[in-house]
Amino acid sequence: MTTILQMQGITKTFPGVIALDDVNLSVAEGEIHALVGENGAGKSTLMKVLSGVYPHGSYDGVIEFKGEECRFSGIADSEKRGIIIIHQELALVPLLSIAENIFLGNERAAGGVIDWHETFSRTRELLAKVGLKESPQTRVTELGLGKQQLVEIAKALSKEVKLLILDEPTSSLNETDSEALLKLLLEFKAAGISSILISHKLNEISKVADTITVLRDGAAVSTLDAKGSAVSEADIIRDMVGRSLNDRYPPRSPQIGETIFEVKNWTAHHPQHSERKVCDDVSFHVKAGEVVGIAGLMGAGRTELAMSLFGKSYGTNISGTVEMHGRPVDVSTVNRAISAGICYATEDRKTFGLVLDDTIRRNIPLANLDGIANGIVIDEHRELDVARDYRERIRIKCSSTAQEVVNLSGGNQQKVVLAKWLFAGPEVLILDEPTRGIDVGAKYEIYAIIAELAKTGKAIVVISSEMPELLGITDRIYVMNEGRFVGEMPTSDASQEKIMSLIIRSGHRN
Amino acid sequence: MSQDVIHQPSATKPAPSGTAGASASFIRKHMREYGILLALIVIMAFFQVVTNGILLKPINLTNLILQNSYVIIMALGMLLVIVSGHIDLSVGSVLGFVGALAAVMIVQWDMNYVLAGVICLAVGALIGAMQGYWIAYWKIPSFIVTLAGMLVFKGLTLWVLAGQSVGPFPRGFQLISSGFLPDVFGIKGFNLLSMLLGVAVVAVLLFFGLRSRFRNRSSGHDDEPALFFFARNFILAAAIVYLTWALSTFRGFPNVLVVMALLIAVYSFITSRTTIGRRIYAVGGNEKATRLSGINTERLVFLTFANMGMLAALAGLVFAARLNTATPKAGLGFELDVIAAVFIGGASMAGGVGTIIGAVIGAFIMGVMNNGMSILGIGIDYQQVIKGLVLLVAVIFDVYNKNRA
Repeated sequence: MTTILQMQGITKTFPGVIALDDVNLSVAEGEIHALVGENGAGKSTLMKVLSGVYPHGSYDGVIEFKGEECRFSGIADSEKRGIIIIHQELALVPLLSIAENIFLGNERAAGGVIDWHETFSRTRELLAKVGLKESPQTRVTELGLGKQQLVEIAKALSKEVKLLILDEPTSSLNETDSEALLKLLLEFKAAGISSILISHKLNEISKVADTITVLRDGAAVSTLDAKGSAVSEADIIRDMVGRSLNDRYPPRSPQIGETIFEVKNWTAHHPQHSERKVCDDVSFHVKAGEVVGIAGLMGAGRTELAMSLFGKSYGTNISGTVEMHGRPVDVSTVNRAISAGICYATEDRKTFGLVLDDTIRRNIPLANLDGIANGIVIDEHRELDVARDYRERIRIKCSSTAQEVVNLSGGNQQKVVLAKWLFAGPEVLILDEPTRGIDVGAKYEIYAIIAELAKTGKAIVVISSEMPELLGITDRIYVMNEGRFVGEMPTSDASQEKIMSLIIRSGHRN
Repeated sequence: MSQDVIHQPSATKPAPSGTAGASASFIRKHMREYGILLALIVIMAFFQVVTNGILLKPINLTNLILQNSYVIIMALGMLLVIVSGHIDLSVGSVLGFVGALAAVMIVQWDMNYVLAGVICLAVGALIGAMQGYWIAYWKIPSFIVTLAGMLVFKGLTLWVLAGQSVGPFPRGFQLISSGFLPDVFGIKGFNLLSMLLGVAVVAVLLFFGLRSRFRNRSSGHDDEPALFFFARNFILAAAIVYLTWALSTFRGFPNVLVVMALLIAVYSFITSRTTIGRRIYAVGGNEKATRLSGINTERLVFLTFANMGMLAALAGLVFAARLNTATPKAGLGFELDVIAAVFIGGASMAGGVGTIIGAVIGAFIMGVMNNGMSILGIGIDYQQVIKGLVLLVAVIFDVYNKNRA
């Protein structure tokens, strides 16, 4: 097999930081090459060097593509050669149609006048190739994330792609869409297109990758041949974190007490389509010291349930009761929910969880400003003490609590979110996808914090799409599908197969 | 005014102060805050030289303060509006409208001017509240609501005044703008009360500055290098003492200056030290996250606009009293000066960033340039061009700094 891409001795420094240190990467023609590593290991930087986002001259080293040395001065250069990158945050214009998006900047036009006929017919061909059954005129905003991802890929195909780079393409997709995407990659491989796949999901990587390169602290620490015999996940993790994680989940000895939190017959309707129920007659309870999981596919209504419980932050026409210690409580505003002892840490920390441009110190007390104030006057010394205390207790890695949270890694941002809610003093903590987009090492630390909180008698609800995670850290699991709770089991009896079959069988009933 | 002292020391690394490295990193981090102060000093020095010393003459300093008082008063409210992520284009028209209302009530209806003043402030707050209602609870973009308000109140000003200028005001009302602190000590040619007041302010500022520095030290709070702390406080103290002395040798502190200083102190305290101030920054920084933290973001935005309306009304009274007449043209284009002052002072269009002191300095930069260029006899045409360029440069400097960090 011939080598299509050869990156040699790539070194890239930012003021004060060596982001990449003498990295070599070689991709063979028609292979799927996985790139793994913790957040901050240098994966994205390496891809930015490759795609010309960091132009030639701003790094050291040599890039050879199809045997020729390349000196890209921008992303347009690399695209001309057939290197196309699809970023984690999709770069589509929501209010334009699929066809307009695919040919944006590359319009089928003569003298500036768009040939809509050709645009639409080319789009139809491309959509057929990626297996997306939508009209080219559909606006992107009407598509789910999975389909948007396919539009991105169709866009890449429209540019005669030779090497496709996908940055965490499945991080926000459900299992079915992820499967479909991976299948598509295998089809491309058969058609001779090489891909570089950046992902945190090791099971997916071992399914499709031919070669795996592990990056750690800006250096390529190993390249594993994944063809034929599957590489063990343990090996990959060991290379990623530089130590072996014997247990991916911290040990726990649950001490479960009385029921603290109980939800009865909770129903909420979709804010726009008010006839549609996003939560349908849901009842559940959580005991002191217990970690309860809510499993389900993307779109099952788990986040909607949690947000409607938390101050009716989502949905309309909400009915049902919430009880704390057997007494009904008012959760009609976020403030009242917090006063009742309920906190909700969002799945989307950048949009809903943090004031990104503000400091760690000022983010932590946001949900409990009274806790650092005398009357309405903030005591900055108490604020600092609080920030330092949490920095210590849950090990937020930062140069100072005056650091802006936007500059923290995902795992540390998540810790700031947790600190914020812990400082609000909850009895019930609802954690929505608490480890999304954070690396293996930081995940373990989050799990340890959850275990620690349960030990202090808090009732914890974990919503997660990663089933192994739920199996690893919870005591009891509810299964949710299409707005309803369709099953409940102690974690000791649970397995991925059991949960999936509950979901699938409940789906068939409708 | 003392609160910005606490606000500033937040360099990233708790390195020992005094070393070159710490100073360098501190400058990098606080480039903006020092930059704008430095810019004001440089601009003042420049005009002081080219106007042959007219700029800092007591009579001109008094003028400078009177000329810019209404811009500064409105800039305080505008800072809150902009920090919360919005904008208010209606303030110029509201200023004109309230001035007209005051004139009609006091001059034509013979109403007691204190009562009329109170009514005017209430009307201003009500106007702000009405606009804030649509912005906060109906999510109508503030640009559009206040653009509508700008047209509506410009029209209403004309209607209230029936297209005529109305004046003059009674002596008592004029004193808002043209009055000075009484000369209780009776020393000829020197207002000792003003001088004492100025010195007292300096003493209080230094006391709070030192106290907070000492406290920050003892709690290991990240700190400003000693050199910067003393230089900044020395410049500030010297400036206030000089201003005080100059004003005292003329007619003393104008009443407006006292009102303005109090307002600056109060708003500075609110923004940097109170929970409501903190919440306004949070709303501007990330509205969704703030709402999910249990904060009533709608009410906060609503109050921010009501407050803006009230300050615009106060500025309207000050302006009418200064001109001693209400004209249909009053307030025309003032919103742009106010907004420019806030942005020159370092606030961000996206919200969540900005300080009261910055906005005040921004307003003074605009004011000194206006004043200096007028003394030099530069035409209004060039003045506009130069002011526009200064605004652009200030914001480019901001963005450049941010990208580099």
